Amino acid sequence: MSELTTKTIAELRDGFRAGDFSAREIAEGFNAAVAASKALNAYTVETPEDALAAADAADKMRGQGDLPPLAGIPLGIKDLFATKGVDTTAGSHILEGFKPTYDSTVTANLRKAGAGMLGKLNMDEFAMGSSNETSTYGPVLSPWRRKGSNVGLTPGGSSGGSAAAVAAMIAPGATGTDTGGSIRQPAAFAGICGIKPTYGRCSRWGIVAFASSLDQAGPMARTVRDCAILLEAMAGFDPKDSTSLDLPVPQWEQNLSSDLSGKRVGIPKEYRIDGVPSDINALWDQGIEWLKDAGATPVEISLPHTKYALPTYYIIAPAEASSNLARYDGVRYGLREEGVKTLDDMYAATRAAGFGAEVKRRIMIGTYVLSAGFYDAYFTKAQRVRALIKQDFRKAFEQCDVILTPTAPSAAFGIGETTDPLAMYLNDVFAVPASLAGLPAMSVPGGLDGQGLPLGLHLIGNELDEQTVLNAGLAIEERAGFTARPEKWW
Amino acid sequence: MSVTNEQVRHIARLARIAMSDEEIARLAPELNNILGWVEQLGEVNTDGIEPLATVIDQKLRLRHDAVTDGDIRDDVLANAPEAQHGFFAVPKVIE
Repeated sequence: MSELTTKTIAELRDGFRAGDFSAREIAEGFNAAVAASKALNAYTVETPEDALAAADAADKMRGQGDLPPLAGIPLGIKDLFATKGVDTTAGSHILEGFKPTYDSTVTANLRKAGAGMLGKLNMDEFAMGSSNETSTYGPVLSPWRRKGSNVGLTPGGSSGGSAAAVAAMIAPGATGTDTGGSIRQPAAFAGICGIKPTYGRCSRWGIVAFASSLDQAGPMARTVRDCAILLEAMAGFDPKDSTSLDLPVPQWEQNLSSDLSGKRVGIPKEYRIDGVPSDINALWDQGIEWLKDAGATPVEISLPHTKYALPTYYIIAPAEASSNLARYDGVRYGLREEGVKTLDDMYAATRAAGFGAEVKRRIMIGTYVLSAGFYDAYFTKAQRVRALIKQDFRKAFEQCDVILTPTAPSAAFGIGETTDPLAMYLNDVFAVPASLAGLPAMSVPGGLDGQGLPLGLHLIGNELDEQTVLNAGLAIEERAGFTARPEKWW
Repeated sequence: MSVTNEQVRHIARLARIAMSDEEIARLAPELNNILGWVEQLGEVNTDGIEPLATVIDQKLRLRHDAVTDGDIRDDVLANAPEAQHGFFAVPKVIE
């Protein structure tokens, strides 16, 4: 049974349909693997009965005509997605005990597609972090370790639980969310695939809000094909999200093709930055060769405002967060601090006790840049620079069809090794520009560095062109032959 | 520009986060570090550039002005730290 956990989602789907094994066997295999993985701290809640119920429903349906696309597939769900009757805390003490009375649109879509839920996955508090260390449940440990070392490494963040779970094969796939790299950086650190679609493809309804103009859900899985399968089930128009795109969901899986003949791959010169390990630049060069081999033509492009993307992000995202997180007031859900006299004191005491240090830092920055007298100098200025960053990409896509860069400027680092907030923010230096421009972007594993840790390649596509991103990802996947897996120690 | 402890106290008050003098003294240099770093945006010439409003061009939809849900009072109150008589309950506001 345990060997079922080594299969991809496509293999599980096809094997279940062919009658090679039952959905219940799949669910039991993963439930057992989840129960035996406590050392990773990837799951905050385990829901084995949910996975079994969905599996039994799938088994019953088999042989009775059309099966929904994810029948028999159990998934891990990032704790940012509201799940009916199951704790949804966004990794924060302030939401402890919150059990939504509804499902997020994305998780409801996955259920409609037949998927079961293995549990809720740990994450940085309110998705604010790049290492999973800001979670109220403590950090997730990556299943990966440096060669000959026992030092605990971060799986990245904020979707760190999702990345660790997929890499450790305690989930065949998982949901993630990406505001400024939170799907792609952990995917790179954990040696898996993850795609953030075009802003508006996946409904934000029922996803705990961080920075609403940037937040996008997307899948994390071991292969490009699995990401395509999951994204098709997650995406779709939702009238309950005012920025949801009213467009049909393309058949990404069916249209997968690693033949890139006639495609031009943009290589942005501004992404060659100082201080990036040589392994990462070498992999980038290798990636260019792989895409050439697949038929694509590399072209040098310029994205002149790249260096301003991170500071722009660190005005806009905290500003939106300070506004979104105003709702945590101790009145409607979650924590309430008692023992204070006035309503105002209750708000302040609840928020002091409920938010962690990084969340407070960002709310303070956001409140400051939105405050009277500073709004234009910071927030409006950042929105103007954001328009320039968007314009950079618009011009670049006149010369190319997809952009290739490294995903992150380093491999996974140790828990506790990065303590300076600014140094932590630099993790997303390659991921944030695509977020600010709302573009689809994906990380695909490319190889291991000298320490034996995975490195990712990053593909950025034009608006609504997830297909070219997935196709280029597939071309890399086929040529990289990345089969390395972490040795089980947990 | 740099923020003083007094300004940090004011921001904390606006954000409704209770903070001790010690926390404020620790936070002020951190915020100054971050604000000093984001101020590099001042180098960028943005003359004549409209601030970005929607990242993917689309029109906001209108819907009919009609009730689309409702009758879920108990669901709405289900997670309240304190609910009484079908309302959220808070500490007394008026003596």
